[in-house]
Amino acid sequence: MQAYWTLTRRELAGFFVSFTGYLIIASAVFLMGLSFVILLYRLQDETTTLPVTQLFFSTPFFWLILLLGVPVITMRLFALEKYSGTFETLMTTPVSDLQVVLAKFTAAAVFYMFMWLPLLVYILILHHYTNHQEAIDWGLIGSAFLGVALLGSLFMSLGCLASALTRSQIVAAMISFTLGFTFFLLSFLPGYIPMTAHWQAQVFSHFALIDQMEDFARGLVDTRHIVFYLSMTLLSLFLTLRVVESRRWK
Amino acid sequence: MSDGLMIEVSNLTKRYAGHTAVSGISFAVGRGEIVGLLGSNGAGKSTTMRILSCYMPATSGAVRVAGYDVFTQADDVRRRIGYMPENNPLHPEMRVREYLKFRARLKGLGWRRSRERVDIVLEQCGLTDVSRKIIGHLSKGYRQRVGLADALVHEPELIILDEPTIGLDPRQIRSVRQLIKDLSRNHTVLISTHILSEVEMTCNRVIILHEGKILAADTLDNLQNLMGGSTDQVIAEIAAPRAELQECWEQMGEIEYFDLSAAEGEYHRCALTPRNGTDLRPQISALVRERGWQLRELTRNRPSLEDIYVRIIRSNGEEEI
Repeated sequence: MQAYWTLTRRELAGFFVSFTGYLIIASAVFLMGLSFVILLYRLQDETTTLPVTQLFFSTPFFWLILLLGVPVITMRLFALEKYSGTFETLMTTPVSDLQVVLAKFTAAAVFYMFMWLPLLVYILILHHYTNHQEAIDWGLIGSAFLGVALLGSLFMSLGCLASALTRSQIVAAMISFTLGFTFFLLSFLPGYIPMTAHWQAQVFSHFALIDQMEDFARGLVDTRHIVFYLSMTLLSLFLTLRVVESRRWK
Repeated sequence: MSDGLMIEVSNLTKRYAGHTAVSGISFAVGRGEIVGLLGSNGAGKSTTMRILSCYMPATSGAVRVAGYDVFTQADDVRRRIGYMPENNPLHPEMRVREYLKFRARLKGLGWRRSRERVDIVLEQCGLTDVSRKIIGHLSKGYRQRVGLADALVHEPELIILDEPTIGLDPRQIRSVRQLIKDLSRNHTVLISTHILSEVEMTCNRVIILHEGKILAADTLDNLQNLMGGSTDQVIAEIAAPRAELQECWEQMGEIEYFDLSAAEGEYHRCALTPRNGTDLRPQISALVRERGWQLRELTRNRPSLEDIYVRIIRSNGEEEI
């Protein structure tokens, strides 16, 4: 347990001492800001019955941050250590492979949530200036953030897997982006399958990330979605662990 | 257990896809020894060390460190070894003290204990002045010491250093060597190198690896006797008439053959080869005293480790042909 916390702290510190960490946050804040401006314009022009969070998450900027930001966050986790050789010094200390995988995932996930904090500030600004106090509902915001966290954990674990597979950070980022983008594109697939009653369509409807995020943003916490995200995250973390262990099979 | 063997390797083989890095080697290292693993690049030194440090498993064979099996009791082994890999990888963005503290905690030391130990190893490795500096900004010599400090921080019984002096300048090499020598008082040390003089200076015992096999494993003295016994040439510079010298050497039964050449002044340089490895020096000095000559040099040309190494590798190569 001590090794886990020590490692998590170091990984997390690694994000904040490097230039990339701040670059990621800055880009994310910039995209969130753009999204916020668009949201304000829309609210000025017309009245809407949709919740504010749903308006925010229906802009493409959210997906841009998720699809591009996550690979950049996760690419260094294993690849950098393998490249610089510190993986060897790490793996010759009495820590288990599971602790290493979990610590790296936790650190990335914490950094990811930290990256989304500015969004809370935007919502608070909106809350301060709106004349409709009931437009900002904390339950709604909580549910939206839960969605962000769950989607993030899925993409993060895919990123971990990608990073464990290679020594090159660039390759890790590309694999992670490809995996993430494939998942994202699955949301459009049900629309192209004509018969909705068909079992394929039903299967793919569970992979529809966009629809699921919309649910969360609308304040709808569906346990099916939660189970889906958690199990997918566990699956890819398990695969990551196997990849890390695989050096013993060679 | 305390005076048992530190490392026991028997029939260790490691195969990578397509080639065998180490094939069926066996050796043992006792507690408190400094042993050098010597070999050219690709001889299997790093592979052996990686297996010893539980980084990767052997294809076959048994390896025990301090009585624990490296495969089934890896955690017990890892707690007892300090390992510095080749090229000494560090986290360049961390500060020296911060890094050592992190490593100490990772190796399971308590909060207070890790603080104490970090202070001790900083002192021991001469890093106290740079403890607040960022590792990436340090010179290579200092970085090497950080690697050593990391290997020492949890008070391991066995220290494994893979090419500890590679890429250092002569002064830094000397200080790192001194550090390693100091360590040997309380630890067992296994170092690998392809620099022969390093082994000559620091190690009690040498294991020569070549293409994954052990060619020789013995103390330096024994190796020298074994390899160079019959060719222990003695060089003596004596001020005496040439004819008298020649007569003396011809009469001395132990001399196989000799070579005389004039040096400056009255001195003559005599290269004397003994018949069967006897040390000629006492006889020569007795002779000089008896005759009242002047002697200004008397040395025995022992084969250097370099000679031994080249000879061993060559003789092995011929066998294979």
